[in-house]
Amino acid sequence: MNFSEVFKQSNQLCKVSPDGKYLATCVQYRLVIRDVNTLQILNLYTCLDQISHMEWSSDSLFILCAMYKRGLVQVWSLEQPDWHCKIDEGSIGLVSSRWSPDGRHILNTTEFHLRITVWSLCTKAVSYIKYPKACQKGLDFSRDGCYMALAERRDCKDYVSIFVCDDWHLLRHFETETQDLSGLEWSPNGCVLAVWESCLEYKMLLYSLDGRLLSTYSAYEWSLGIKSVSWSPSSQFLAIGSFDEKVRILNHITWKKIAQFEHPAIIDNTKTVYKEIEKRPAVSSDEMSLHDITVASSLFSTQSKYDISPLPVQIPVVKPDPDRANPKIGVSALAFSSDSRYIATKNDNMATAVWVWDMQKLRLEAVLEQTSTIRCFQWDPRRPRLALCTGNSKLYLWSPGGCVSVQVPAEGNFSQKNSCFKFFF
Amino acid sequence: MGDWGLTETSMDNYEISSLSHVEMSPSRHNNLMSAYSLPSSKSSYSVISAFCTEDNIPQCISYINQELGSLGLAAHIQADPPGRASLNAAPALNAMYELLQIHRRTMNSVEELEKEQLKKTSTLEHMQTSNSRLKDQLELSIREKSGLHETERQLQLKLKTLQSCLKTEKDEVQKLQSIIASRASQYSHDAKRKEREAAKLKERLSQLLVDRKDKKLAIEMLNSLGRSDGKRSHWKTAKATASREAEMYKSLLSDYEASQRALMLENAELQKVLQQMKKEMMHILSPCPPLNRGGSAEESQELGDSDREERSAETSRETLDQSCEHAREQLTNSIRQQWRKLRNHVQKLDNQASLVQNQPPSNAEVIPLETHEQEVERMRLEVQQCKEFIHAQQQLLQQQLNTSFDDETAALLNGCYTLEEKERLKEEWRLFDEQKRNFEKERKNFTEAAIRLGREKRAFEEDRAAWLKHQFLSMTPFADRMRSSSSDGQSALSVKSEPEIKTSSSKVPPVKSSAYTTFSTPKPSKSAAVPSTIDVCRTLRLIPDYSSSRHSNQRRWQESGATEDEESWLKSKSKVCSSDLSIFSLDEDKNPLT
Repeated sequence: MNFSEVFKQSNQLCKVSPDGKYLATCVQYRLVIRDVNTLQILNLYTCLDQISHMEWSSDSLFILCAMYKRGLVQVWSLEQPDWHCKIDEGSIGLVSSRWSPDGRHILNTTEFHLRITVWSLCTKAVSYIKYPKACQKGLDFSRDGCYMALAERRDCKDYVSIFVCDDWHLLRHFETETQDLSGLEWSPNGCVLAVWESCLEYKMLLYSLDGRLLSTYSAYEWSLGIKSVSWSPSSQFLAIGSFDEKVRILNHITWKKIAQFEHPAIIDNTKTVYKEIEKRPAVSSDEMSLHDITVASSLFSTQSKYDISPLPVQIPVVKPDPDRANPKIGVSALAFSSDSRYIATKNDNMATAVWVWDMQKLRLEAVLEQTSTIRCFQWDPRRPRLALCTGNSKLYLWSPGGCVSVQVPAEGNFSQKNSCFKFFF
Repeated sequence: MGDWGLTETSMDNYEISSLSHVEMSPSRHNNLMSAYSLPSSKSSYSVISAFCTEDNIPQCISYINQELGSLGLAAHIQADPPGRASLNAAPALNAMYELLQIHRRTMNSVEELEKEQLKKTSTLEHMQTSNSRLKDQLELSIREKSGLHETERQLQLKLKTLQSCLKTEKDEVQKLQSIIASRASQYSHDAKRKEREAAKLKERLSQLLVDRKDKKLAIEMLNSLGRSDGKRSHWKTAKATASREAEMYKSLLSDYEASQRALMLENAELQKVLQQMKKEMMHILSPCPPLNRGGSAEESQELGDSDREERSAETSRETLDQSCEHAREQLTNSIRQQWRKLRNHVQKLDNQASLVQNQPPSNAEVIPLETHEQEVERMRLEVQQCKEFIHAQQQLLQQQLNTSFDDETAALLNGCYTLEEKERLKEEWRLFDEQKRNFEKERKNFTEAAIRLGREKRAFEEDRAAWLKHQFLSMTPFADRMRSSSSDGQSALSVKSEPEIKTSSSKVPPVKSSAYTTFSTPKPSKSAAVPSTIDVCRTLRLIPDYSSSRHSNQRRWQESGATEDEESWLKSKSKVCSSDLSIFSLDEDKNPLT
């Protein structure tokens, strides 16, 4: 595995273009475009304020830079560096900004979620969408980019509007049977919309594209409910992770639960448990000076490798504070592999472990126990390979063949906060 | 005595009798009296007459005195005038008085005793009744006690269950409390968030109201972009919206169709699997395993029967469309049935096996595992032996067919056969060699003939040219010259035609050949010699030709080949003729070739 040299980026804004040719990084108010293979700087753009959010358009021709404090959005073109576009939301403010799937419209969510402004870069026309809901995931585009689902709230009732992305006209508008809609997500085939309630009630609703309610699923009452949701890429399964530390898989034919994955503290039923073992070099503390500590950073880089632990294995559990809201318990991250064969889950009160489940056999395949909490993980879009990072300077890879931990060569204090993986093939 | 009435409780005969006795008592005295009086009155005369008569008065008196003395009374009765039938009145009356006193006293005591007895029986009765009553009470109280025990036990059970319920309820309450607590914290968190947002809004609103500088929202672009798909944008019409709807429905429908197709495929596959399973199960059940004798044979027999019936019925049903619900139900039912049968069969086998394991092998029906295995081994050996036997027999038969004689003659015969074959082979080799030689000769002759032919041709051409020249030169009106030239021409013609005829593959008739002999031409000696010698040879050859044709029992060559060679033979014959007239020897040689 080859690593590039480290280059500066702020605010975790470092994104690779969708076509995989360019790498865009933001440093304060500057936008730097590099070629992915050579890492040569191709373009440099300067924005008016510190960039809060940066996004590539779907055709990799334009980049959107949003400055929330100023309420400005600037769009840059890759082909024509002279071309510029500036969208000013005025006094209404800006909370989030994103591209439409066709790469020619920008959707700005104003402050306090008063409205969503749709700017067209083709015609300079503006459309407004009123009453968007401020929730965890209130807006989702279907994978083919044809439709957009938006959660709305009027008169203390939740609605879902389905827009056609071509001309932004309203296709369907229906009320949902939720008390407080928390999120919605299209299935990959674009025919089913999953809508779920806030964590106060476990309720998952499935609507078809034309607004009919297909099914409702509720696993239990009263306790805190859904924490995370993920569709399998084949649209066959819907995985729901909840606060009771369980993942429930629904099937797309009957919308009933076909499997339930539990995360007990003592694991007995898996193939392998990989435990990361760190080897720290021996440091004698008396002779250490401050200078030594700051300079000799390699002293602190620890070698780590994976060891297979014999079953049964006990995973360290951290009990969350019961009085606090949104307790750190339950399955917060779910990801299906690209062939829908595996699903990786993370349970928040066992935050150092990633659980990989086999969807064909519906059982636990492997558990990776790391030394520190896992920040994020992502699957390879081509093959069943999982990459995860825990905030230290290492990258961990799991595949059905085995596990490997790779040191990212870097000087200084390098830490991966929130990696956005893009696999190249 | 009449105070104690009849009690309703059980009365003994004794009591009844005592009661009757008691009842009798008031009149008893009288009865007694009467009883006493009766016999005295009834049998007064008889007693008196029996005891004392006028004869035995002194005996009676002495007896009475004895009796009185035994009773403790003064025994002073004596006859007044002794020897006479009258008594001394005063002692007799005293004695009588004392007896009466005694009697009265006894009567009183009897009465008292009776009274006592009455009392006692009544108290006894009383006691008995009270006893029975108490017994009843005791029983009742025992029953009550047991009942109370029972209720106590039930109540304790109830208490336990209630306690456990209480515990669960408490747990649930705790859980609910924790849920409520978490919900409350969530609500408060949300409420705080909303409050903060509202505060921000208020602030913002106040700020805006103060500012009043409404910054308009605007977009600045260098130039408009084209659409990503390159097309122009359309007007928003009703048709457009309808088409959008249609598109949406189309995509939905296609998705449903795809999933339905997949499901149908899966369904078909599963049905196939089920059918196969059913067939296999039938197959397993119907052929009766030979070692499973005894009672199980009948079962397998009936299984086989039912299976056959089912099979005949099922095959007709299988032709039905499998998506039909009825057919599906039938299939699943039949599968269930088969499975049940299989399961029962396996269970029976298991039972039998366990029986065999438990019991000593005295059970004639069940064959234990060891004997079964032994049998199998034995049968295998037998099969092996049979196979070997058959193989050996085959070999022997083969040998027999080959050699029906004994060794010597067989060897001789073999030798004969080989010898015969050798001879034949030799003969054939000889013939082959001869033929080869002849072929060589012929080839040689042919080449010579070809050379000669070439030469002749050349000569002929020259001749022809000369004749033509001659003709041309001799084109005169003179007749005789013409005749001579014509004869020449004819001869030339004949000569000309001869090789042509020769070269053609048809046989030359003898007539022509005879005609040729008459002509004589002023040709060069070669060409002149040729017809004559050829003719001679031909005529000569014709005879052996016929003979050869008559006698030929050998292989014949083709006519064309023969005619081609004819010329060469003629050539060779002419040569031979000129040198040696032994034509017939040549012919003999030629014979095998023709």
